[in-house]
Amino acid sequence: MTKAKRIAIRILPIPTVLLALLIVWYIAAIFLNADQAQSLMDPDAPQGFAAVARATLSMDRPVLPAPHQIAASLWDSVFGWPILSPRNLIYHAGITAGAALLGLAFALVLGIALAVGIVQLRVLDRSLMPWVIGSQTVPVLAIAPMVVVVLGNLGMTGVLPKAVIAGYLSFFPITVGLVKGLRSPDPMQRDLLHTYAANEAQVLTKLRWPASIGFLFPSLRVAMSLALVGAIVAELPTGAQAGLGARLLAGSYYGQTIQLWAALLMAAFVSLAGLGAIALLQRATIAARGGRL
Amino acid sequence: MIVPVLLTALFLVAGTGARLLLALPHLAALLGTVAAGAAIAAMAGLSRSEALAARIAVPVLFGALLLWLWEILVVGFAVPSVILPPPSAVAVAFFSNLDVLGADFRQTVLRSVLPGYALGCGSGFLAALAIVRSDFLKRGLMPLGNLVSAMPIVGIAPIMVMWFGFDWPSKAAVVTVMTFFPMLVNTIAGLNEAGAIERDLMRCYAAGPWTTLLKLRLPAAMPFVFNALKLNSTLALIGAVVAEFFGTPILGMGFRISTQAARMNMDVVWATITVTALTGSLSFAAIAGLERVVTFWHPSFRAR
Repeated sequence: MTKAKRIAIRILPIPTVLLALLIVWYIAAIFLNADQAQSLMDPDAPQGFAAVARATLSMDRPVLPAPHQIAASLWDSVFGWPILSPRNLIYHAGITAGAALLGLAFALVLGIALAVGIVQLRVLDRSLMPWVIGSQTVPVLAIAPMVVVVLGNLGMTGVLPKAVIAGYLSFFPITVGLVKGLRSPDPMQRDLLHTYAANEAQVLTKLRWPASIGFLFPSLRVAMSLALVGAIVAELPTGAQAGLGARLLAGSYYGQTIQLWAALLMAAFVSLAGLGAIALLQRATIAARGGRL
Repeated sequence: MIVPVLLTALFLVAGTGARLLLALPHLAALLGTVAAGAAIAAMAGLSRSEALAARIAVPVLFGALLLWLWEILVVGFAVPSVILPPPSAVAVAFFSNLDVLGADFRQTVLRSVLPGYALGCGSGFLAALAIVRSDFLKRGLMPLGNLVSAMPIVGIAPIMVMWFGFDWPSKAAVVTVMTFFPMLVNTIAGLNEAGAIERDLMRCYAAGPWTTLLKLRLPAAMPFVFNALKLNSTLALIGAVVAEFFGTPILGMGFRISTQAARMNMDVVWATITVTALTGSLSFAAIAGLERVVTFWHPSFRAR
């Protein structure tokens, strides 16, 4: 098999599946919007299938907007307004991404501290670890709005409550992944450091920490998407003026389905950008450590 | 063993005393410090033991210490219950609102989460079975599935509420979409888990594709399927509760949280949170127990 052919086999399926998805979407848009479109049409105008289909794809408030309408809305709201205008989606995405990033920073600090404590102290391992695992089964996200209200009463407004929720959601994967990573050096390596008369702190910095980096990146990917979800949901109930969550809420209040889908797509792009950034970071780390993790 | 048990008893006695003496701040603070110290010393002593009872007692003691600290700090510093009600108030609200909480539970868990969960997990599983037969589809759908799993799918909640109305069908729809992709991705990964040697062995037995699927690939996929089931049990609760923020009949845990928070009835809010936490933990435990029965052969269960 030639190289070009192998690449074709790997790459080709994705656009094919995407194309199929687009076609299904258009068909679904025509059928879902047909009733509404017919009721809006001029009764004297010809009512053939083609006319109705054309009408369904260019409605103001369709049940399911057609992909080109969403793309047009996205294009207009990104390039049609100055970056700092509240009508620009980039502005909203930036606010949400900022909260998610700050939350991720909280999560990193807390997650690393907890993981080191759990690995170093037997008491913490026995007492805290079951609760860390158990807390993952609690739908924290569902109470996010309330946390925002409570923190608002304490005088914390703006980006901070959102970041707290994003951080609370995303520190679990980091803690669990890091505990696994810090425990990954085998006894022989630990024995070697023991023969060097290394103390606990040196074992941690010279052996355990480097060994755990490889476990950090998968956790970071999960934590990143959780932080973004947390930031978006935290914007929902409090009447936030800006952010992707606020756009979703406004879109749902006023029936602006196109705006809703555009905000949703924007959230997907932010999530993609985050995944890409983590992949770059991972690649840089691998390069800095001489080609392995 | 006897010392930690005595220390635990000391924690309980001194803790109760400190709670009762909160009107006399100095005595309460002294007793409280003794109690917290006793609890920490008891945990340190117990965590040296490998006995099962000790393994269970340490986290239980830790949880009790946290709850007690919460209670005594909130009451002691007179934190307004709008910000954080003490656990005792939450317990009172829980037991005096059992009928309301029960109705919310029925609406959110039994009518929204369970159908959505079954539909999402079931269709994800079946779709994976279909996709794994075609290499082309697998290559096309796997990256997309991974991508969608990383996306904030909760965002479709307002759209589903618009499509399916305020009652439970819209919540079930959100849960279905949220649970579909993790199940799809995990099942495909699991079905590919069976190694080439095992597959060759099945060929030697002249096993058809269905027999191979049933006897080899499905059992090998089970750890992954259960992983998705566990992940989805939390996701499903989140999806249903968040979807209720976008519109609901006057029932449901999400509705209760948002309206009672707006009316500053924080004890009821926390009681509802207790219900969600209990539901999440219990369903997680149930799935984990089932996993232990189904995948008893897996190294992680064989070890002990």
